[in-house]
Amino acid sequence: MSENSLNDSYIKIDHLSLEFPLYHGGSRSLKKTLFVKAGRMLTKQKRQHQRTGGDVVFQENDPNQILIQALHDINLDIRAGERVGLVGHNGAGKSTLLRTMAGIYEPAHGHIQTRGNIDALLDPNAGMNPALSGRENIFLRGKRLGFSKEQIRHLEKDVEEFAELNEFMDLPVRIYSSGMAMRLGFGLSTATTPKILLLDEWFMAGDSVFQEKAAQRLENIVQSAEIVVLTTHYLPAVRSWCQRLIWLEAGRIIADGPVDTLLDRYIETMEADI
Amino acid sequence: MGTSPHPSKVSEKLLVIHHGFLSFLRHRQGWQDIIYGLKLWKLAISLGWLDIKLRYRGSVVGPLWMTLSSALMVGSMGLIYSTLFKMVLRDYLPFLALSMILWQNVLSAIISDACTCFLQANDTIHSIKLPYFVQALRTMVRNFIVLAHNIIVPLVVFVIFRVWPGWVGLLSIPALALWLIDGIAVCLLLGSLCARYRDIPPIVNSIMQVVFYVTPIIWQPSQLAGKDWWLPLNPFYPLIEILRLPLLGGVPSLFVWECAFGYSFVLCLVAWFIFARARPRLAFWI
Repeated sequence: MSENSLNDSYIKIDHLSLEFPLYHGGSRSLKKTLFVKAGRMLTKQKRQHQRTGGDVVFQENDPNQILIQALHDINLDIRAGERVGLVGHNGAGKSTLLRTMAGIYEPAHGHIQTRGNIDALLDPNAGMNPALSGRENIFLRGKRLGFSKEQIRHLEKDVEEFAELNEFMDLPVRIYSSGMAMRLGFGLSTATTPKILLLDEWFMAGDSVFQEKAAQRLENIVQSAEIVVLTTHYLPAVRSWCQRLIWLEAGRIIADGPVDTLLDRYIETMEADI
Repeated sequence: MGTSPHPSKVSEKLLVIHHGFLSFLRHRQGWQDIIYGLKLWKLAISLGWLDIKLRYRGSVVGPLWMTLSSALMVGSMGLIYSTLFKMVLRDYLPFLALSMILWQNVLSAIISDACTCFLQANDTIHSIKLPYFVQALRTMVRNFIVLAHNIIVPLVVFVIFRVWPGWVGLLSIPALALWLIDGIAVCLLLGSLCARYRDIPPIVNSIMQVVFYVTPIIWQPSQLAGKDWWLPLNPFYPLIEILRLPLLGGVPSLFVWECAFGYSFVLCLVAWFIFARARPRLAFWI
């Protein structure tokens, strides 16, 4: 392995744990339900199935506060040049880990250190305002990135060509189909060249023509990006795009290794689970 | 047993160090949030402007609705209260028009907007890393645009009654700057508190209703006829006075200025501590 230079991007995570506090939405009734039903079931039939969701923890000093342990003691070191696939059952913590890498969730325990500008495609609407038109959203994104007028014009042209929304570009995003909103979101996020690209699984949607186009565009940006981390249930994408696989379960990393060997094991386990 | 005689003491000490370090980190990160937020001032202006544009999209008169409704309110209140208080309309209406706009469209509007400052932006907060301070700035920009539309009402009243503050009016500029800083502080404070405790907005609303009556807004301080010693105890009074009096051609006393700065300082301090504490958890609460 070659030694990384000082300016290369990296993501370093040490003993990171993340709990979601649940304060709202009737924590009492939720607590009752969880205690009576799920609590017993889960403890008795532990680990027969892939676990859905993180552990539900009750705080000792405040019995009214429920914590959901979304990530548990994560240790990771991702270096420049790596393309990482995050896999795991629903609610295994993939998206939460991605959001933590993006800096949206700040961990209460442990450390996360990143170098390099990050772009995260976490949500089809990715911070877009649905009431504004596609063009206005592009403009806002440009402002958010601190672009000059010239750069915003360039961004607008680039995204317009990619998304092929024609006259819909000037209509509110609210009336877009999910595919159209995704084209816009994908086009926008891939128009800039981040050093670290984080992709949540939604980008697998969209029609087949778009898929090819998206794959091409993603290929380009992956070439320039130093780190790519993606989560998906669509495993062929992992096989073609990633070399490293991280397997999460109930907020813990249970396996971390090359895609070639690990993916088959993962598929086997998943099939056995059904 | 016996190998570590005071295990609890050791862990307690470690915890304290850890905690101290964390709070230092919290303040540094809070400060960075504000610095990065200030750098994105152009974004905040666009966001605030688009908020207003969206609110009135499809409306013929657009944001001028605000001006019209303010004019109607000030006109009818002016007629009723000048009769009730037995005051000359020429003296009373300029005062009322300015007071009501400052209260209804600035103070009260910012305080209720501040409660939803972060809650409203939950989509953005969950999908993109952006300084929280931008949301506070955006709220201020939005309210400034609203004020710019409504200020027409007192201006027209001033013109009709030939009221002109003269050079003293310039004293309102530092007052406006203080209001801007206080407004941002209120956004950070109430925005953080309301994200965590959803009972705060109704509490704030009922307090503001009481404040409206005990603060000289529709009545003038001089009407208390010497029984006005308690006025400076109300933080809203000096703050309103430093902005309103110069615009009506008067000079606020030094004491009023001192009160205004004192209350603002306390507000900023409290807002800073609450915001620095809440900021890392905001994404989870919203």
